[in-house]
Amino acid sequence: MVLGVLGIGFFVLPFVGLLGRVPWSDLPALLSGPIVTDALRLSAIASAAATAISLIIGLPLAWLLARAEFPGRAVIRGIVTLPLVLPPVVGGAALLFALGRRGLIGEPLNEATGLILPFSTWGVIVATTFVAMPFLVITVEGALRNMDRRYEGAAATLGARRWTVIRRVTLPMIGPSLVAGLVLTWARAFGEFGATITFAGNLQGRTQTLPLAVFVALESDRDTAVAISLIMVVVALVVLIALRGRWGRAM
Amino acid sequence: MTGPGLSADLLLRRDESFELALDISIPPGRTTALLGPNGSGKSTAVAAIAGLLPIDTGEITLNDTVLDNPDRGVFVPVDQRRLGVVFQDYLLFPHLTVLENVAFGLRSRKISKDEASSRARQWLARLGLGGMGGSKPGDLSGGQAQRVALARALVIEPDLLLLDEPLAALDVTTRTELRQTLEEHLEAFPGPRLLITHDPTEAFILADDIHIIEAGSVTQSGTADEIRLRPRTPYAADLAGSNLVSGFAIAGDVETGTQTLRIADTGISGPVFLTIHPTAIAVYRHPPEGSPRNSWATNIERVEQLGMRVRLRTGAPLPLTIEVTDSARTDLGLAPGSPVWIAFKATEIGVQPGQ
Repeated sequence: MVLGVLGIGFFVLPFVGLLGRVPWSDLPALLSGPIVTDALRLSAIASAAATAISLIIGLPLAWLLARAEFPGRAVIRGIVTLPLVLPPVVGGAALLFALGRRGLIGEPLNEATGLILPFSTWGVIVATTFVAMPFLVITVEGALRNMDRRYEGAAATLGARRWTVIRRVTLPMIGPSLVAGLVLTWARAFGEFGATITFAGNLQGRTQTLPLAVFVALESDRDTAVAISLIMVVVALVVLIALRGRWGRAM
Repeated sequence: MTGPGLSADLLLRRDESFELALDISIPPGRTTALLGPNGSGKSTAVAAIAGLLPIDTGEITLNDTVLDNPDRGVFVPVDQRRLGVVFQDYLLFPHLTVLENVAFGLRSRKISKDEASSRARQWLARLGLGGMGGSKPGDLSGGQAQRVALARALVIEPDLLLLDEPLAALDVTTRTELRQTLEEHLEAFPGPRLLITHDPTEAFILADDIHIIEAGSVTQSGTADEIRLRPRTPYAADLAGSNLVSGFAIAGDVETGTQTLRIADTGISGPVFLTIHPTAIAVYRHPPEGSPRNSWATNIERVEQLGMRVRLRTGAPLPLTIEVTDSARTDLGLAPGSPVWIAFKATEIGVQPGQ
């Protein structure tokens, strides 16, 4: 009982502390400053792009892991889940070695296209996708595994071709999990810090997302830091509330 | 063999330990049952005929079209075989409404949405589900779900009707009702019909021909009567040997026409099917004393040796098949013509509502 209350306090008090420091009257001015609006715009772009990319390549990847039999599948599943447990800074460093200007892939990529990923907005998107996509892959893979595949067989006996089966049976049946996976992916991308700062750096207007702006502002401008933190808490709460209804069905 | 109807002569190896060998043909307008215990290969047979599993050797043809013949490299994919399949536990799509479920097969065949909906509605009405089109499968009772599954299979006007344990998931009362519905629609379906079941009553009532399948191969084929009178394996004997008696129940008594039987269920009334297992019936040379409620005098008509067991057939007033051990037969000196008393408990009688 006492320990439980202690547990509640442990989670509630930091937010009370944060709310206590919010400079309510200056809030509109703080939030409309260029640093905040730049960071907000970048965060919105990067998290939306990361979610979209995760859907485009993460969904087929989940499909592959759940449905295809191939050697080394367990190893690949392990690698895909690695960013979930790895410190994001290490992930960012790994990206730098692979995709940096002198990186394994980065160098030929740069020579061929002139594209430089690190320290660009593209870099932010790559870093956040790297960290966030596993949420989608894991959630969707689990749903595909748990799905009763006989429904797909039933659809086929009714004359549905492969794509019709996927579109009208498989995807709707894993729908709640897919939505939950997308929301988790987006939320993780929105809060991404370590991999982004390591791989993409911290340039206002180019690579400085909201979490990075908080980190910088804490050193120089506490009120701005508190204001940005408040935005992020509100966003997180909205996501949690939106998910609550779906959680039971999807998980 | 080719010709109208279904012909399946196939061999399918699922893994090292299981192999299905099947050779059946069903002419149009006839119902054939594949009757066997769980794990005998019935579901594999469904999967092979439906095209969900390719066969290893042999040939499946439907109305002169080869569906599967590995030697000739022919395999018609499942979505291009014109089949109506009613699956075990129905597999209605949970995210679609009842109407969308029934219209699914028509929509997959590129029929316009309006046309598909109107045909689906007609079939729902025909199955007594007129107002249910907007419901989700999760809101249906077992009997309703079964009807929707039947409508979904029939609406596409398939060339073959395949029913995989269609009544197994239902409770006893609903099962009787649905068996009648099924009987009507099987009757009305012009193509060949294949019924997969583990329930001998279902097979005997619904099917014209029965194939008994055990451990991946057909052990006996014939009409219901042929199998009942001359079972060739212990499993068939067990299935066929269960005494099936029809009668009329009132407050725990069942009138069979020649004899009144006492049953344990006093709540049921109306027409019933009774099953009495052959080993549940005791045989005496003298009138038995004590508790069994059903007892009468009769004669032994036939004695059949089945290994260590002996099957007896008694005569009037109510012919029954009885199974005793070989030593009991010797002790009682049972032979054709012996006068005996038989007795069995009310609790040993299985009761199913009849039509």
